[in-house]
Amino acid sequence: MSARQDYVLSLADDALVSAQRMGEWIATSPQIEEDVALGNIALDLLGQARSLLTYAGSLEDPPRSEDDLAYFRDAGDFRNVHLVERERGDFGVAMARLLILSTYLCELYEHLQDSTDETLAAVAAKAVKEVDYHRDHATMWVLRLGDGTDESHQRMQAGLDAEWPFVAELFDGAYVAPALVADGVAIDPAPLRDAFDQRIETVLHQATLTVPDVAPAAGGGRTGAHTDALAPLLAELQGLAREHPGATW
Amino acid sequence: MSAHAVAASVLDPEVPVLTIEDLGILRSVDEGDDGITVTITPTYSGCPAMDSIRDDILAAFHRVGRDDVRVDFVLAPAWTTDWMSDAGKRKLLDYGIVPPAPRGGPVALALTLRCPQCCSPDTRELSRFGSTACKSLWVCQACREPFDHFKAI
Repeated sequence: MSARQDYVLSLADDALVSAQRMGEWIATSPQIEEDVALGNIALDLLGQARSLLTYAGSLEDPPRSEDDLAYFRDAGDFRNVHLVERERGDFGVAMARLLILSTYLCELYEHLQDSTDETLAAVAAKAVKEVDYHRDHATMWVLRLGDGTDESHQRMQAGLDAEWPFVAELFDGAYVAPALVADGVAIDPAPLRDAFDQRIETVLHQATLTVPDVAPAAGGGRTGAHTDALAPLLAELQGLAREHPGATW
Repeated sequence: MSAHAVAASVLDPEVPVLTIEDLGILRSVDEGDDGITVTITPTYSGCPAMDSIRDDILAAFHRVGRDDVRVDFVLAPAWTTDWMSDAGKRKLLDYGIVPPAPRGGPVALALTLRCPQCCSPDTRELSRFGSTACKSLWVCQACREPFDHFKAI
């Protein structure tokens, strides 16, 4: 697998797995409007995943389709970070995770839209508008819950505390081949961390929440070492396609 | 009927008063020796209507006897609601959906939307996400009717 393909798959798998996990909220959200909101956010992420998977598959010889890559790879072949595969948790966890993910993706796609790789630049230029809207949505909830009742404050803080150990893996650039960064194809995420921290701190401060002081988790998703949460998620995602290969409807 | 006119007549399946040209997602129609190539771009990355729009374009050409047609999807440049035609914006409003305001520029940001039914400015946003990715959901506090707003992006 080429370094470029590996990089594209990492971006694609973050989007695909987060879309699948977020889709679990449909019909279980606190409000019907939130079912629609999280369904739409998941749909944006799924659309980004489709473009990226299609591109990653086209770089192979012989080429593979987006469906081949989504449905017929096993957990060890997925390159997503642990943050997006973790179990659903409560709504505080979901909003903490969405705030972290969308803030990171805003920074990433903001830079990636200037990539020398035309396809990555095009995907990023489109996605950056979408993830910005997702961040707005997460920010609104974090403010409302953090600066809300005692219970909403406590649960929003607990959600942040639970997800924060998984922030470090997003900004660990070890998975990006240095030559891709030098050629302007890929973005090293490490230098994006400062802007991320500033944006998050501003929101948490307004929300009367605190930035968790917790040790980073081990990571490993970029090399295919996943938590126990990924395999059941993939079983649900892939079950139909594997039982009925080539099915259309 | 020109190839462009055939493609431009296809309606958006989710907002069926708008053609794909009104919506600004029809990027080009090229007629060459090997047939017609229609290029369209999605509104949002995950727009689920793209496949049915492609089928509708192929069907529209089939009806005029052309089957040598290919539909390409492009992402760049990224679609913006600024590409929606003025005619499209009027059709949207008549249909009960508040059209997107121009983005950026010297235009003052509207703080509220006027109800497309009774024109009252006494409206509020119910949800930043609506029935499709491109809309948000609002309600009029004067006539109590809910309505969609086509978000400016």
